[in-house]
Amino acid sequence: MTIRVELPAHLRNLARVGQEVSVDVGGRATMGAVIDALEASYPMLVGTIRDQSTRQRRPYLRFYACEQDLSHEPPETLLPDAVITGKEPFLVIGAMSGG
Amino acid sequence: MSGVRVLVGTRKGAFILTADGKRQNWSVSGPHFGGWEIYHLKGSPADPNRIYVSQGSSWFGQLMQRSSDGGQTWETVGNKFAYEGTPGTHQWYDGTPHPWEFKRVWHLEPSLSDPDVVHAGVEDAALFKTNDGGQTWSELPGLRTHQSGPHWAPGAGGMCLHTILIDPSKAERMFIAISAAGAFRTEDGGASWTPINRGLRSEQIPNPEAEVGHCVHRIAMHRSRSKTLFMQKHWDVMRSDDGGDSWREVSGNLPTDFGFVIDVHAQEPETIYVVPIKSDSEHYPPDGKLRVYRSRTGGSEWEALTNGLPQRDCYVNVLRDAMAVDALDTCGIYFGTTGGQVYGSANAGDTWAPIVRDLPPVLSVEVQTL
Repeated sequence: MTIRVELPAHLRNLARVGQEVSVDVGGRATMGAVIDALEASYPMLVGTIRDQSTRQRRPYLRFYACEQDLSHEPPETLLPDAVITGKEPFLVIGAMSGG
Repeated sequence: MSGVRVLVGTRKGAFILTADGKRQNWSVSGPHFGGWEIYHLKGSPADPNRIYVSQGSSWFGQLMQRSSDGGQTWETVGNKFAYEGTPGTHQWYDGTPHPWEFKRVWHLEPSLSDPDVVHAGVEDAALFKTNDGGQTWSELPGLRTHQSGPHWAPGAGGMCLHTILIDPSKAERMFIAISAAGAFRTEDGGASWTPINRGLRSEQIPNPEAEVGHCVHRIAMHRSRSKTLFMQKHWDVMRSDDGGDSWREVSGNLPTDFGFVIDVHAQEPETIYVVPIKSDSEHYPPDGKLRVYRSRTGGSEWEALTNGLPQRDCYVNVLRDAMAVDALDTCGIYFGTTGGQVYGSANAGDTWAPIVRDLPPVLSVEVQTL
C-alpha cells in the first residue's frame, strides 16, 4: 500500500522533495514500517528521524496522524485506517523553536 | 596559485568566499545547507574540488556532505558514527561515570595525499576515519580506549575532539586534542596513542600537572616543522619543540592568555597568531578591542595587530576552529567571529578588512589556496 508522508522543511530540502511524499509499504502498515520505507526511498534521511544506533525517534520530532499524537506509541503500532487508505497523511513534525 | 577559497561554517549554514590572489574583491556563495549548524568544512589538499562538510542540528542529528566540484553541488554521504564495541564511560561534569554518546562531528581532516581518506573528530571524544570518500566511517578505537579514557571529562562546550594534525613528513604520526582531556600523539596511524601534556599546568583540575584532564583549545603546526607545536590552552599559550613530549609557556606579554584559536604563518615557522579573549567567564576581547596578536619569535614576544579591526565596543568571540592561513607568498590570515564577521588580511596581519560582516555566528574558517 502507498502511504502519504509529510516532512518538515529541513528534511524536504535534504531529500529534495515537496511537502509530501508517498512511500510503498509491504506488509503491515506500522509506524516503523513507514519510516523504514521512507529511509529506503530517501537514504539521505537515514539517521535524521531515528537515531541510527538506538532506532529511537529523535527527541525534537513528533509523529502525528488524524489529529492524534502517535509519538510515544511503539514502532509496531498500526497506522490509522485513514492513513492506510491514503485519505490522510502521516506527519513527521519538528518541535517549534525560536532562534 | 591564482586565488583562495575560504570555507566558513556557521550556526545557520555554510558560506564560501572566493577571491583572486590579491584578495581584495570577494564573491560570496551561500548559505549552503541554510538553517543547519555547520561545525566544520574542509577541502582535500590532494584534490581541492573535494570538500567535506559536517552538517547537523539538534532536531535531525548528524549529516555529512561532500562536494566534488569545489562546493557548487553537494552529495549526502554516510553519517553513521558507531563506537567500536561497548563504549564504556567517561567522567561527567559532576565526576560521575557517564556513557560515551555520539553527538556531532567537530572537525574533519582530509588526508594530505588521498581525497577519499578523511579523519573526523567527534563528540563524545573519538576519532573516526573514512577510506571511501565519506560513505562509511569507522572508529580508530585505540584513542577512546586509552587507559585514561574513563577519566576524561567534558569542557563547557562538550567533550569534543576538535584538533587533528597530520605530520606531512610521516602520515602515520598525528596529533589530536580533546577538551578536556588534553593532547595525544600517535605514531602508527591511530592504533595507539600517547598523552603529550607534560609541562601543561591547569589550576582548574585537582592535580594541575596531571597527565590528562587539560582543556586544550587548539594546536597548530607549521608543515615544515612537525616537531614544533603551538597550543592555545584554556589559559596559557604553550610551545613544544619535541613533538609534544614537553611544553613550555610562551604567553609572554599577551594582555590575557585565554583564547581559542592559534595558527602559524604559512611561510615563517616562527610567526604565530592568537586572538586573546578576556577570560573563561567573559568570552570577548579585553577592553572591547578586537586584536590579533602576532609573535615573530615563536611566542613570548607579541605585538597587537589592530589596523582594520574594531577597537571599541567589540564583544565577539573567535572560536577554536575559526582561524586559517593561506599559502600565498604574502601570507593571508582569516578569522571569523561569533558576531558573524569574517576578517581577512592579505599581508600577514598588518592590515585587516571584513570580507563579510553579517553572517550567522561563525563556527569554523578554513582556506584553500587554489
